[in-house]
Amino acid sequence: MSSPPLVRPLTVIRPRGARTLVGWAELWAYRDLVYFLTWRDIKVRYKQTALGAAWAVLQPVLTMVVFSIFFGRLAGVPSEGVPYPVFAYTALVPWTFFANAVTQASNSLVAQEAMLTKVYFPRLIVPLAAVLAGLVDVSIAFVVLVGLMLAYGTVPTVAILALPLLVVFAAITALAVGLWLSALNVRYRDVRYTLPFIVQLWLFASPVAYPSSLVPEAWRPLYGVNPMVGVVDGFRWALLGGTESPGSAFLVSVAAVVALLVGGLAYFRRMERSFADAV
Amino acid sequence: MPSSGGSVALRVNGLGKRYELGERESYVALRDVISRAVKRPLVRSRRRRAVGDSVFWALRDVSFEVPHGEALAIVGRNGAGKSTLLKILTRITEPTEGEAVVAGRVGALLEVGTGFHPELTGRENVTLNGAILGMRRQEIQAKFDEIVDFAGVERFVDTPVKRYSSGMRARLAFAVAAFLETDILVVDEVLAVGDAEFQKKCMGKMGDAADGGRTVLFVSHNMTAVESLCKRAVWLDGGRVVADGPTPDVVGRYLSTSFSALSERSWPELESAPGNDAVRVRRAAVRPEYGSPSDPIDVRTPVALEFEYWNLRPNALLNLSVHIYNAQGVLVFNALPYLEKVWQGRPFPRGLYRDTCHIPGDLLNDGTYRVELMVVEGSRAIYKQDEILVFEVRDDPHSRDGWFGSWEGAVRPQLSWETEQLVDENVTVGLHVD
Repeated sequence: MSSPPLVRPLTVIRPRGARTLVGWAELWAYRDLVYFLTWRDIKVRYKQTALGAAWAVLQPVLTMVVFSIFFGRLAGVPSEGVPYPVFAYTALVPWTFFANAVTQASNSLVAQEAMLTKVYFPRLIVPLAAVLAGLVDVSIAFVVLVGLMLAYGTVPTVAILALPLLVVFAAITALAVGLWLSALNVRYRDVRYTLPFIVQLWLFASPVAYPSSLVPEAWRPLYGVNPMVGVVDGFRWALLGGTESPGSAFLVSVAAVVALLVGGLAYFRRMERSFADAV
Repeated sequence: MPSSGGSVALRVNGLGKRYELGERESYVALRDVISRAVKRPLVRSRRRRAVGDSVFWALRDVSFEVPHGEALAIVGRNGAGKSTLLKILTRITEPTEGEAVVAGRVGALLEVGTGFHPELTGRENVTLNGAILGMRRQEIQAKFDEIVDFAGVERFVDTPVKRYSSGMRARLAFAVAAFLETDILVVDEVLAVGDAEFQKKCMGKMGDAADGGRTVLFVSHNMTAVESLCKRAVWLDGGRVVADGPTPDVVGRYLSTSFSALSERSWPELESAPGNDAVRVRRAAVRPEYGSPSDPIDVRTPVALEFEYWNLRPNALLNLSVHIYNAQGVLVFNALPYLEKVWQGRPFPRGLYRDTCHIPGDLLNDGTYRVELMVVEGSRAIYKQDEILVFEVRDDPHSRDGWFGSWEGAVRPQLSWETEQLVDENVTVGLHVD
């Protein structure tokens, strides 16, 4: 065994040690753990479910079929000049990612109880990895989207170049919500039971099955406080082009995500200290 | 910044950790918080009471320094604060007061097996576990073969860990942690893992770490291991440092005093004695068969366990049931008085009784034992008290025949042996030559 490094950085352990919002240096030092935890989450998920990777496709596709029949065909919900299935699926890609990532992230700390009580590492990595693992599903779901757009002859515009940024935006949104819920879940164990309900309500509060133009103009900025309004409108704008570019509601959503993220990080930081005692 | 040998690796200054009662036991339901917020007036009175009654210091005013390269043992009874101290030093939990300054990377061998995922293969788990412990990818790759070899699981690296035996799993986890290059290695009770050969490997690895200039903090109930590995020991009791000095002194004091506290207990007041409406315990004691509860017990000593109890109901059909657990939590045996000649099977009139259980010498191995008392009526336990007594069985140096490692096994009976020579090689050789 080689000798230990000569320069030993000093670590001071004291009450309320962490004062910054994010320990960037530490997070960087543990970047391999982010990678491995993400990779493990993906691997385990696909190993354990009978449907494996097909699930990533089936979930949004089946929802799209149901929405198309009931909202598109029967209820006659407008779809801004785009075939309703494409219209719905474009929104279901980020929505399914968001719903799964938030659910996984919220339960992540409680599920990693054994690790939290035995080993130190930046706790932020746990919900972060849960969100990142969900991105694999997004890329699989995109393949279907391309097929669907080809089938309906929908041509994207230059706006599609903004798509990577919008995926990042969706991931940050999921992380911001996941941070709050994962920390709350450690402390209040009934959070996990309310989660499916919250996600369900959230779906109908977001323009997934319907266009946000259905919301009266005057209410749009307020509507944008729901960050998924910005995410979904952004995805539609980037992929389907024809719809109007996201306006004030989108900017409100971005501001809402920033506030949610900063608050989430601060809350997570504060709760982090007692995770090992509470889990 | 200290960076050379001879400097301080760890400085602990006035460290304390407070738990609010309930915080450790259970989590809160959001529903309760909300409903409590609705009934505002009640909240305040409950809060005040909580602060007064239910604060518990797991650690208080703990200060010590460890020079770089020293192996320090931390000894103390269960609940003395050892684990809390290690959790603070490994940054799993934050202290409530005081501070600790740590020079370099801290690695922990706390209850190994953490972070293993059953669905992943041995190879995948080694990589993941290394990353959890703070290793970089290249570092894990470079040591992979050594780790697998040390754990002795070469043939199963690509098998999911769920098919491993618990021993294999623990060995692999230990190996990952043992190969982590840290300046300070924290070891908590790993010697309970694996067979004798693997334990020897572990001890060797920890010895190497200390010799190689790494600082080792070692927590164990195995005093033989503590004494052979560490020159200095800190004894914690009730969250405070009771003694800090050369290991033989500290361990000697620890063994002689901390266990006598639970080798005899009595509850003279009937009302406040442990028990219920049916039975109440008056006294419990463990002593050498021909001695008193304060006398030492070693592996050769016959031991008597005494229980005095009040039977509060007429004509109860009572039986005691005694469980003896060792430090690893293994149930060594369960004893019942069914061979007792006078009262067995007879209804007990109300009154005070004493049961004595005789444990022969040369049966228990050295170590700490926990006694659990159960009072049984028919086949139903009507009263149970865990840890009613705790006692230490010391080693007897004369019965070891030159072997200094830990003596394996839950029990250590003196068994009779015979050796017979079946073939005399000299005679056989002679025959062939002829």
